[in-house]
Amino acid sequence: MDTSIIISQSDGRPMYLQIMEQIKQKVAVGEWPPGEEIPSIRALAVALRVSVITVKRAYLELEREGVILTQHGKGSIVAPDPGLAPRLYDRELEDHLEHAAHIGNLLGLTPDDLADRLRDTSARLTAETLAKEPV
Amino acid sequence: MTPLSVHFTGVSKRYPHFSLDNIDLALPTGSIMGFVGANGAGKSTTIRILMGLVHQDTGAVEVLGHPMPDDQAAAKRDIGFVSEDMRLYEAATLAWHMKFIQSIFPRWDQRYADNLLRRFDLKPQQKIKGLSHGQRVKAALLLALARRPRLLVLDEPTTGLDPVARHEVLAELMAVLTDEDRTIFFSSQNTLDVEQISDQITFIDRGRIIDSANKEIFLDRWRRLRLMLPPDRPLPRLPGVVEIGGSTRLPVLTINQFDPAMVALCQDAGAAVQSIDAMTLEEIFIANVQSRRDHSVAVSETPESVTA
Repeated sequence: MDTSIIISQSDGRPMYLQIMEQIKQKVAVGEWPPGEEIPSIRALAVALRVSVITVKRAYLELEREGVILTQHGKGSIVAPDPGLAPRLYDRELEDHLEHAAHIGNLLGLTPDDLADRLRDTSARLTAETLAKEPV
Repeated sequence: MTPLSVHFTGVSKRYPHFSLDNIDLALPTGSIMGFVGANGAGKSTTIRILMGLVHQDTGAVEVLGHPMPDDQAAAKRDIGFVSEDMRLYEAATLAWHMKFIQSIFPRWDQRYADNLLRRFDLKPQQKIKGLSHGQRVKAALLLALARRPRLLVLDEPTTGLDPVARHEVLAELMAVLTDEDRTIFFSSQNTLDVEQISDQITFIDRGRIIDSANKEIFLDRWRRLRLMLPPDRPLPRLPGVVEIGGSTRLPVLTINQFDPAMVALCQDAGAAVQSIDAMTLEEIFIANVQSRRDHSVAVSETPESVTA
């Protein structure tokens, strides 16, 4: 299994969060499919050259969030839940929306202003993607 | 309970100009402890006591279940030790050293040694006197690792190494931990190395342990809180404030007992929390040492100035 997780020391976030996020991305894009066995805590720690305790923490939190399942003495697997990948994207979207709503409040935007801005952005992205596609 | 590979209880050692004071250490088997301190803080003395090279005045030391220094011959069969002042024979080659160590330690693993030669880019025919500092460190590490000791004790293994050599050494240390019965104790001035690979972190300053904890707990407990206070509002009282910086209206608190509930506490007191910043191990170390030193100055000055 691919363990290509890249930890950045200049990234301000704790290493366990970086590991969690990258595993969630692997699951979200289907690189680590549901039910598939994932590296043991120790194996991933050695591969990433980070402490065992950091990977253990990332796995514990991922388990709490329902992304992975750890069976005692058997190692861990991606949760065998076909709805997992879309749900992870959905949760990420929720986080971004909250953030946008928060900044909108700071700027004094009404919910309608905010919705308009989102509609405009979405339209712009669609237009850009269309423009790039080969004819 | 995981067994302990290194266990110090109340260890003290007095010298005319320095003393180690009441050192407690507990290193569970299968993990790495990073031992951090400034020059002269007592790291090397602690390591010498651990190895039975220096005898403690009081307190108990157990290494791999052997009481030290009494049982050091038995303990040392399973300890690999690398330190700056370890002398290799200048006129002899690395191959000669490998043969020599192999003749003493029957568990010597030649295949592992050959692997390490390749990964560390070392040439066995080369004489020690021709090696650079980095090559010497890697040679010493190879000689220790290929014995497959249950406990590795490394005194500043990454000091003075270039970035590539440091990376190679850290990778090899992590590889040791693939086997969960093996344990590493290493001292360092480089908090980045310690932060990356340690499970347990211990800070020592002026002969005392000032903090020792599981790394994740350690990093979680320390935060910098940036607040914004309305005019004439006092600073909210929070537990574990180690340092107050910034300005009156925009104070910056360094906290060693952070809890997410503190945010609500601040807001109730009228203070807006602008950010909660995680701290690097280096920042934690410096804040920790400075606050303890300030505190010990304050404590030791008050009674004396009263009686004087």
